[in-house]
Amino acid sequence: MYQFNYVRPTSLADAQALLAKADDPKLLAGGQTLIPTLKQRLAMPSDVIDIGSLKELAFIRAEGNAIMIGAGTRHYDVAGNADVKKHNPALAYLAGMIGDPAVRHMGTLGGSIANNDPAADYPAACIALDAKIHTTKRLIEADEYFKGMFETALQPDEIIREVTFPHPEKAAYEKFRNPASRYAMVGVFVSKGPWGVRVAVTGAGQNGVFRVKAMEEALAKNWSPDSVASIKVPSTDLLSDLHGSADYRAHLITVMAKRAVAAS
Amino acid sequence: MTVVSMTVNGKPAKADVEARTLLVNFIREELGLTGTHVGCDTSQCGACVILVDGRAVKSCAMLVGQAEGADIVTVEGLAKNGELHPVQKAFREHHGLQCGFCTPGMMMTAVDLIRRKPQLDEQTVREELEGNLCRCTGYHNIVKAILAASEDMR
Ligand SMILES: Cc1cc2nc3c(=O)[nH]c(=O)nc-3n(C[C@H](O)[C@H](O)[C@H](O)COP(=O)(O)OP(=O)(O)OC[C@H]3O[C@@H](n4cnc5c(N)ncnc54)[C@H](O)[C@@H]3O)c2cc1C
Ligand code: FES
Ligand code: FES
Repeated sequence: MYQFNYVRPTSLADAQALLAKADDPKLLAGGQTLIPTLKQRLAMPSDVIDIGSLKELAFIRAEGNAIMIGAGTRHYDVAGNADVKKHNPALAYLAGMIGDPAVRHMGTLGGSIANNDPAADYPAACIALDAKIHTTKRLIEADEYFKGMFETALQPDEIIREVTFPHPEKAAYEKFRNPASRYAMVGVFVSKGPWGVRVAVTGAGQNGVFRVKAMEEALAKNWSPDSVASIKVPSTDLLSDLHGSADYRAHLITVMAKRAVAAS
Repeated sequence: MTVVSMTVNGKPAKADVEARTLLVNFIREELGLTGTHVGCDTSQCGACVILVDGRAVKSCAMLVGQAEGADIVTVEGLAKNGELHPVQKAFREHHGLQCGFCTPGMMMTAVDLIRRKPQLDEQTVREELEGNLCRCTGYHNIVKAILAASEDMR
């Protein structure tokens, strides 16, 4: 490992102060993305600020018509939480499909959406469920938060505190996994709620997660797998790599959307 | 350098190290517990899985500083008083290994799995092993061994 300072503040306020002070700092939560990145020297921060053990970031609360999840909550704890399973089973299912058991034991919600990998699962849930992202500075609507591949609205000295997920009336997530990495080749999250109907796609877009308006309109008229069966997303802006071509991903989007509606 | 202290296989472990050292390197090089293996540099193979506060984690994706105060179990901590752990016995009995490189990670994942899900079936075991790669066995006997161990431990 190359040279960097490791610090483990004991409160969010301390973490925020350290973040503002350091030269080129990086927050560390579960480390499931950051540590492999550090090992490959794809990131070389001066200071690594470990917020992974802060109790004030690890919680799940059901209040009113929403569930609040602390940014430091592990995927495993979201997947098994009774309130999440009751009010938002699609979200619990999604968390339980991330990576493998060891990754789920460490990886966090905040780390996942701060990283915004184009193949990550949580971004699809945030967009489809009209989530609110609370940081140490402000509240950001999910629609305003994801800016592109590995790009978010977060400022360098901003820490995600929690994400509010309003309860959906109907929701489901279907993911076609890359068999080697377990990330989404294509993942489609469909939902119906106070926000209307949403269809969010991850794993496929060159600019990260995106919505499929044509599918949303069709499902708003008739919530059935047939409504999306003939809607094809153009492959122009889709990812093409050794795992699959853009055309293949376009095909998978329709298939996963159909399956998700059927499962909802 | 920072002094880190934790419990490893029931015994206190304390050392003056760089907090940015990977936990797996600390375990292997500082503590001399070489049962925990490193099979990749992308955190995808599972050879380095250990238990941290009871949960299976990849020790190659954790810094030693993050383990300050933690309770750690490595494969060396499974056998008690010269008696193999039921998971170890089952791997031997059912030929759950060939070269043995993946075995420590497989067994630690299995111990964690049996704790979380005492009632196992074949499908569940196969799904739960998705983060542990084996290049030799084809997994079949590993799955058999884990099912047998979970029966044995019930
Ligand atoms: C083998 C493997 C398979 C995986 N499979 C999947 C998969 O199928 N689907 C999937 O979605 N993900 C997958 N992941 C990634 C995993 O979900 C990570 O846990 C997640 O992307 C990052 O979370 P973390 O807590 O580990 O963050 P870290 O690695 O600690 O940090 C990641 C980034 O987020 C920043 N950050 C962390 N917390 C905050 C915060 N509160 N506020 C602001 N910034 C913050 C950090 O500075 C860093 O830049 C996989 C990882 C591995 C190793
Ligand atoms: S060494 Fe491969 S996952 Fe840790
Ligand atoms: S026994 Fe050789 S890698 Fe699994």
